[in-house]
Amino acid sequence: MADPATMPLIAVDNLGVRLNTSRGPAQAVRGVSFSLKRGETLGLVGESGCGKSVTALSLMGLLPDSAVVSGSIRLDGSELVGLADADYCGLRGNRIGMIFQEPMTALNPMHTIGNQVAEPLRRHKKYSAAQARKEAIALLDRVGLPDPARRIDAYPHQFSGGQRQRVTIAMALACGPDLLIADEPTTALDVTIQGQILDLIADLVEERGMSMILISHDLGVIAENVHRMMVMYGGTVVESGPTDEVFRRMGHPYTQGLFRARPKLGARKGTRLKTISGTVPELADLPSGCTFSDRCPLVIDQCRAALPPMVEVGPGHGVRCIRTDVSMAERVGALIA
Amino acid sequence: MSVFVLRRLVTLLATLVGASLIIFLVLDALPGNAAQMLMGADASPDAVRALTVKLGLDQPLAVRYLHWIKGLVLGDLGNSYVYGTPVAALIAERLVLTVPLAIMSMLITVTLALSAGIYTAANHNKLGDVGVMSLTQVGIALPNFWFAILLVLLFSVRLQWLSAGGFAGWEDGIWLGIKSLLLPAISLAVVQAAILARVTRSAVLEVLREDFVRTARAKGLGKREVLWRHVLRNAMIPVMTVMGLQFANLLAGTIVIENVFYLPGLGRLIFQSIANRDLIVVRNCVMLLATMVVIVNFVVDVLYAFVDPRIKVHDL
Repeated sequence: MADPATMPLIAVDNLGVRLNTSRGPAQAVRGVSFSLKRGETLGLVGESGCGKSVTALSLMGLLPDSAVVSGSIRLDGSELVGLADADYCGLRGNRIGMIFQEPMTALNPMHTIGNQVAEPLRRHKKYSAAQARKEAIALLDRVGLPDPARRIDAYPHQFSGGQRQRVTIAMALACGPDLLIADEPTTALDVTIQGQILDLIADLVEERGMSMILISHDLGVIAENVHRMMVMYGGTVVESGPTDEVFRRMGHPYTQGLFRARPKLGARKGTRLKTISGTVPELADLPSGCTFSDRCPLVIDQCRAALPPMVEVGPGHGVRCIRTDVSMAERVGALIA
Repeated sequence: MSVFVLRRLVTLLATLVGASLIIFLVLDALPGNAAQMLMGADASPDAVRALTVKLGLDQPLAVRYLHWIKGLVLGDLGNSYVYGTPVAALIAERLVLTVPLAIMSMLITVTLALSAGIYTAANHNKLGDVGVMSLTQVGIALPNFWFAILLVLLFSVRLQWLSAGGFAGWEDGIWLGIKSLLLPAISLAVVQAAILARVTRSAVLEVLREDFVRTARAKGLGKREVLWRHVLRNAMIPVMTVMGLQFANLLAGTIVIENVFYLPGLGRLIFQSIANRDLIVVRNCVMLLATMVVIVNFVVDVLYAFVDPRIKVHDL
């Protein structure tokens, strides 16, 4: 057994997820590997359908029953893939907490927010109703909900989107999890609220020494909030490394494309947004070889032959591309074509 | 809450006034003079005229309408043209059968439907789901009078457990009364339960797809806990709507089953009164049914607000 101090909190090795879609079975995630120590934060970035949410749900064990998971997910060394649901229930909301994208629908409209925040405490910590209520008020206060003692018996529809997201954060953190998974936690919120919520999450992660996996399609959110990041495309990790390194060097043509497609402040009026040509392939019919080959400006025949291996381009910085010599030399210029 | 109930009560009263107007006007517009009908075709015009006056049928429409409404409020519904006995007593006699029958049938319906609906939704697309759903398909297709006859053949003719018809009344003990209403209640419940089970199943399945179900799972609740604590209450709104309609239907629409089992229920009273042109009975019975339907809907509306905290706010 490895030393618990150095052992990663969560270690994912060669994770694969096969989903049954209406278009037949699809390999939604393949060959995803990463590990996260206590207190470390990891960002997952990519377009919708790239497999980032499926990766998160497989960590939570909340994929549909028909999904087939392969590879290994270890939490503190114990295997989660294939764990019985009853055992998984003891981990969810207890050691792993999750915040979802849609605060408007993530709360049950029929229950008071107090009951919903207290639920994991009663389930995992076996708190009495009174204890759980007291703790729920403290949690709601910590996440910045105004006047929690009075509003604890209110229903979700009586709160704004930002306030509801604060409630879901309180719920996810109730039992003091070791790992927090935040799946696009600010995507559905007003821009002015987004910053506040991200700051709150960052503070809580720091204060409690949690590890966090932050999922977003927004490079800005990733850049400011995580130590390390992984760029996903078509169910595979195309680039991963320390956030600063990835932003500085950007080895994969897809990462470069994502970066160029951001709207920029101060751009001349009428300037067209850069886009990545083509569309995200359906998971059911991904190209053979590199998943990005159909849209890549640097594609050569060899790219379509087999999934490229991860190439180490710097310390802890890997790029799944066989053309890094060109892409990293010309960098962003390659995508003007 | 009280404002919500008050508003609903006002709506209820307005609906009843509207219903009474329509019932009165439609029955008044029916061809055929009740007096003529009662006396037979050979009666002398003088006698018919005398009876018309005696029944108050010669007075203006508005006067007769107000007279009827006054009677409704004071509880005096007048006398049946045919039997000469008070209409209120005639109806009350039938209600002691019809209301318990409707309640029994509704209890059976709800028990069967909720268990089948929840079971199938929890086992979506598995063998149990497909099996039970096929059964409900058969249940919906069954004509209830035919099913009633099958029940009689089995339980009355072959097993001799229950009587094939008639109503024992409540005087000789509640159990005897219930026993004599059991087969009719089951016959009525089968079709209703099949429909309600399908409504329940689709309502539960719909809620199971909601985001907050995943949130509840992410908290560490098991599938079963999520179903009972988070899903069912959310699924109850459409189920309660259909339950209300079904209960109203059980109060009014049971004439076929009443005939199969020789039950002196409200349905038969209405049917016979129409055949006899005993319009005063028809009018009051129809008004009673309208009132019951409106009250059931009112109760369902108030229950909505109890189940769903959002409703009070939207309606205030």
